[in-house]
Amino acid sequence: MKAARYAYVSAESVAQACGLLHDGGGMAKVLGGGQSLGPMMNLRLVQPELLVDVRALAALNQCSATADAVTLGAATTHAAIEDGKVDDATQGLMPFVASAIAYRAIRNRGTLGGSLAHADPSADWVNLMPLLDAQIVVLGPTGERTVRAADWMLGAFTTVLRDDELISAVRIDRLSERARWSYYKVQRKAGEYADALAGFVSDPLRAVCRGLIGATDGRPHVFAAEPLLGRWDADYAHTQLRAAGLKADTYEYRIHAVALERAAAQLRQKFAVAP
Amino acid sequence: MNPPESLPVQGDAATLEITVNGKPLRVTVEPRTHLADFLREQRHLTGTNLGCEQGVCGACTLMVDGQPMRSCIVPAVACAGAVVRTIEDFDDDPWMTELRAAFTAEHALQCGFCTPGMLATARDIVTRLPAADDDRVRLELAGNLCRCTGYAGIVRAIRRVLDAHRTPGGDARP
Repeated sequence: MKAARYAYVSAESVAQACGLLHDGGGMAKVLGGGQSLGPMMNLRLVQPELLVDVRALAALNQCSATADAVTLGAATTHAAIEDGKVDDATQGLMPFVASAIAYRAIRNRGTLGGSLAHADPSADWVNLMPLLDAQIVVLGPTGERTVRAADWMLGAFTTVLRDDELISAVRIDRLSERARWSYYKVQRKAGEYADALAGFVSDPLRAVCRGLIGATDGRPHVFAAEPLLGRWDADYAHTQLRAAGLKADTYEYRIHAVALERAAAQLRQKFAVAP
Repeated sequence: MNPPESLPVQGDAATLEITVNGKPLRVTVEPRTHLADFLREQRHLTGTNLGCEQGVCGACTLMVDGQPMRSCIVPAVACAGAVVRTIEDFDDDPWMTELRAAFTAEHALQCGFCTPGMLATARDIVTRLPAADDDRVRLELAGNLCRCTGYAGIVRAIRRVLDAHRTPGGDARP
């Protein structure tokens, strides 16, 4: 349970970090909070030759807010989001989700950008960001590019992030005060990765009405949610569960169907209480 | 007490400054050495226990910059400049003094292996969440495993300290 030998550099600039990652040719790994990479190195599932620590880089620690959007630095911890130490664009959805990521000791160290880069299909941010239609800002040797969260994951643990790139920030459009959301995880134990996950965001003032099916074997599935929020359209739900890659009549299908129904019921309840 | 001569560092060595239990140190570690191994094997602070070494069991939980953290999955070298407090540094801490007494009174430990991590998390609960009810205490404890299954006693012990500080405003002070 000890990591294999590696070299370590605490990067002093984005250019230095990208240069080291480029020279590493895939054997250099970015270290953010290390709350997933640490266990994987201890288990020797990952054996990098070089760790490039980017936690202290100023470019990854800047948060800003405008009337329309909030930008969170990639090094923002889950705990900072949970505690409201950074602006929330989502009417409480992001702090709610942050509060149920693993355990507090993990949330104190783990970062938003690190979780997105790791792209565990059962983790929270990689599922929530497409539901929010967020933009992921990436820095590389040739400058900055922005990726729609819906296009971020290619599959389990695989993203469009190249070996010599860093996530610098995530930009999230503000939801209005009329927005309502729900988010439901099926977990064996509090703090464990989700076995199934579903969520909804509905914002009449922004013409947003999206649903999410996550914690599958691959990419999160985001879809137009109207047919599930008025009266439950079982055929439409089945179509979306199939589109999320779930095979009918399997255990996985059934727990995702339960998560989806419960998340939809939660959202209907919120609109019934305070439309 | 001065720790005995440290073990030799093998492989590529990194030098960093770190404060451990109030002492500013300049130390040399192998980059792959995690914080818990550094504390146990170089500083001989063996109060920090290692269970799973994959961030799940919580036995190695200690305070880094005032926040509970898993010391088994963070490289010591990534803690440059940090202020680390292990269980050995809490003898005179008012919250820990109360928590230790409550753990004793409520039979909140049997073998004691999980206890340093439990106390770190318990201290975080009573200071950060003064209004926590039993369900919240259990939720917050989900990241600390006790295999003697002393959870009922542990929850009661934390409850005892929370109740002792409950004020109408919900504010807590040691």
